[in-house]
Amino acid sequence: MKSSHELKNYQNEQHSFKLRLTVLGFFVLFGFILLTARFYFLQISRHDYYQTLAENNRISIVPITPNRGLISDRNGVVLAHNFFVYTLEITPSMVKDFDATISEISKLVEVSPLDLKRFKKLKAESRTFESIPLRTHLNEVEAAKFAVNRFRFPGVELKSRLFRRYPLGKQGAHMVGYIGRINDKDLANLTKNNALSNYKGTDHIGKSGIEQSYESVLHGTTGFQQVEIDADGKAVRILSSQAPISGSNIILSADSKLQEIAETAFGDRRGALVAITPGTGEVLAFVSMPTFDSNLFVDGIDVENWKLLNESLDKPLINRPLRGVYPPGSTFKPFAALAGLENDKRKPPFSINDSGFYTLPSSSHRYRDWKPGGHGVVDMRRAITISCDTFFYGLAMELGINRLSSFVHHFGFGQKSGIDIAGEVSGLLPTPEWKMRRYKQPWYMGETVIVGIGQGYTLTTPMQLAQATAILANKGVAMRPHLVSAIADPKTGIAKVTQPIISDKITLDENNLEIVRLGMIDVTLPGGTAASVGANAGYNVAAKTGTAQVIGIKQNEKYNADLINERHRDHALFIAYAPAEDPKIALAVIVENGGHGGSAAGPIARKVMDYYLLGKVPAKETPEEIVVKNPAEPNNVNSANQSTNTNEEVHYD
Amino acid sequence: MLTEIFQKLLKHIDAFLMACLLFTLLVGLFVLYSASGQSIDKISAQIINITIALFMMWAVTNVQPQLLERIAPPLYLVGVLLLIIVEIFGHVSHGAQRWLDLGVIKIQPSEIMRIAAPMMLAWYFSKREVSPTKTDFAIATILLLIPVVLIMKQPDLGTSLLISGSGFFVIFLAGLSWRFIIGSVVVLGGCMPFFWSMLHDYQRRRIEILFDPTQDPLGAGYHTIQATIALGSGGIAGKGWLNGSQAQLDFLPERTTDFIFAVFAEEFGLAGNLILLFLFSLIIVRGLMIAAQAKSTFSRLLAGSITLTFFTYAFVNMGMVSGILPVVGVPLPLISYGGTSMVSLLIGFGILMSIQTNKKLVASG
Repeated sequence: MKSSHELKNYQNEQHSFKLRLTVLGFFVLFGFILLTARFYFLQISRHDYYQTLAENNRISIVPITPNRGLISDRNGVVLAHNFFVYTLEITPSMVKDFDATISEISKLVEVSPLDLKRFKKLKAESRTFESIPLRTHLNEVEAAKFAVNRFRFPGVELKSRLFRRYPLGKQGAHMVGYIGRINDKDLANLTKNNALSNYKGTDHIGKSGIEQSYESVLHGTTGFQQVEIDADGKAVRILSSQAPISGSNIILSADSKLQEIAETAFGDRRGALVAITPGTGEVLAFVSMPTFDSNLFVDGIDVENWKLLNESLDKPLINRPLRGVYPPGSTFKPFAALAGLENDKRKPPFSINDSGFYTLPSSSHRYRDWKPGGHGVVDMRRAITISCDTFFYGLAMELGINRLSSFVHHFGFGQKSGIDIAGEVSGLLPTPEWKMRRYKQPWYMGETVIVGIGQGYTLTTPMQLAQATAILANKGVAMRPHLVSAIADPKTGIAKVTQPIISDKITLDENNLEIVRLGMIDVTLPGGTAASVGANAGYNVAAKTGTAQVIGIKQNEKYNADLINERHRDHALFIAYAPAEDPKIALAVIVENGGHGGSAAGPIARKVMDYYLLGKVPAKETPEEIVVKNPAEPNNVNSANQSTNTNEEVHYD
Repeated sequence: MLTEIFQKLLKHIDAFLMACLLFTLLVGLFVLYSASGQSIDKISAQIINITIALFMMWAVTNVQPQLLERIAPPLYLVGVLLLIIVEIFGHVSHGAQRWLDLGVIKIQPSEIMRIAAPMMLAWYFSKREVSPTKTDFAIATILLLIPVVLIMKQPDLGTSLLISGSGFFVIFLAGLSWRFIIGSVVVLGGCMPFFWSMLHDYQRRRIEILFDPTQDPLGAGYHTIQATIALGSGGIAGKGWLNGSQAQLDFLPERTTDFIFAVFAEEFGLAGNLILLFLFSLIIVRGLMIAAQAKSTFSRLLAGSITLTFFTYAFVNMGMVSGILPVVGVPLPLISYGGTSMVSLLIGFGILMSIQTNKKLVASG
């Protein structure tokens, strides 16, 4: 038997086969006996039980929705919570004539055509034994009116359901986000993630911001009751039940007071501000202006308000910190400076004699500095302080686009910061390969020149700019930015604290960092481009101003802010970290069409830093609100030809 | 003259098996009539399905087992190829794609594999000159795993499990050593606690729900809860044809397809269940007899596998409806509504008949 070389012995094989066939026969017998036993158990032993269930009518499985987790700021200020409202709900399987019932109900409680439309839609999507809201937000009078007439409406119930409210309304709306009614797309998503049964009885789901990105944490686990109901639809007996598990509470790293100060500082200007703790990546403020009231969306936004928000030229619905893309302008210079220093270019005592413009060899085209006539002798530190364009034109040329791009890429330019809410875009860090792919054109040298001062194709989001500043403040160690600092169990109160994650580590020479830091501190000292930001601060601020062009200026034209339509004025940018010696906060501010960074965006940053570092609350309507443009400040950095993609006049081979 | 033609046409039909099949199919039509809410359309469609399937079964009875043996490898290869094509195009259209649209007809390669996979394995073992070695069993396992994995990726867990079953039966009947079988059972059983500890909480929860659906009464458990109520309330004699309240009042999901047995059990009770089990037993016993009497290795392995696979279908479906097995999409053979499974099932019985009647001809002639 053991020998594998033995020729097939048919007798033996037949015998073995029949033995195995018999074994399988017993296997079949065993299976059928098992089934018979099960049938006996169900149909004889437990027959009465099931008989009662089937006859006494039906059992109904009623979902019990969990409480959605709360969202609060780092100091416990509640940003999103739940409250009870009365709803009028109908269980379709218990109502014979809908039209008659609803028309009777509408004599007691107002039912709008919109309610009716929503009810019909929900009815088509649900199982017949699930109760569906006909009206929500009943007031006390309506609730009482229905309650006394309850007996007339079998299958119609007055329930109290949890609704969501955002007590601070407009403040931080882009960060907290909002919930809305579950739609077909959400349903498809839930089906895909196998989460549909957990959403039985739930009408709302996170649609944006924290509410969306932390949906699975906030929602909790739906409980259920298996109830026996009689012919009138009244619950007779609870057969089994499982309590729901409330969603976890979320504690943000943001400070709502800081947020308020920042939003107030913007006034009615458009823009964004992101503030980060450099050492941990905690996001302290996340401002997108103008903003909107999250409460509008909870139960479906009405048409007028939607139109107002959606069609506004100010685009309040756009999440500017994550989705707004702007050229970084001169705020790019500190990073370009480090790129040069780390590649052993422009190391002290190197200096140039700036006569107000830069030309490429073999071209007569002048890349002008923002200051006509130039800055004279300029070294690296001073180039940052006075935002010398000429210095950085030459630096970019000597480095070349590939070395420059690949260095600043580590600071997060051209890539998503990885913040824990969805919707971030990656901006753009141009390379010759990218241009070939995108435009099927070669890279021109002139394009490298202007990348050096943050113009050209380069695009950043405020989030990226803040993150880049935080990485700089943290000496090259990139911490992943996050809004959620802890997730707390509502029952036990035990919080799971978000651990800081190092997402990248750039090896940088201390001496080079020091040169950039000193240059940036000088920016906020007398003679710098944002001297007013540092004045009487009581702490040192390392900063950089920037201006991003909105429309192109021709070679021989002068930029004159007063003559240009407000929406075509330059964007004002400002990045800073403070205290410069031991940074506690790093931020980026963008004021759309604000003009110059130092005067428009700087004061906003100052207020934020003052509150965060010193606890100073700005007085209402301080004179600082009225911005007086300092003639010494470069108002029109871009009067030099910052050829943007659209108005490129000269091509360089 | 007419009777002669008739006899010639039915020469290869096994009368006993045929009688059992026809009777079960008839029972199925009655249940379907009730389950579909007395829909004549559904009944007509099912009669067409049955007619096509019976015709194909008849055609297969006329194919000599030797020919079946010869076409086994090419059929298997074509099946695998089609599965790969489905896999590639399935990715293009995001998700589960089981059908291959050839313009004129649509084919479901996994259905071909239900027959082709056991045929291929039976062919492989019949070609061995010596008693199968460990290597042979390893190769057979690989031949089986290729279609099983491809079908699992579609994803169609039910079919891939049934095909693994049909392949396993061939391997078992070919003489896989007892020591190995017992050994693997012990090893796998021993590893279970280890695998379990490796899983995340949510993964464990999913498996728990698969085996005990009542834990998720809003989702997967809904079917099982309603089906057990239907079964239990049926009692000994049942509520009578067309009188099952669970079935008629819309509480039973998928009651013409995977859960049709709940309708049957509610209306015909324990008595009906036992009669159905008896009918299935007759078919299985006849199949096992055909396997035992078959003359070639190929025929007997294939006949054994086809019979046991039929049992597996019936057992898994009734087990899942009565709540002792997880809910996987397996129809009740010969009863559930549907064309494709009917065709592959009856082709299987056609092969059984061909094996039985052709052997007789060889023996007498």
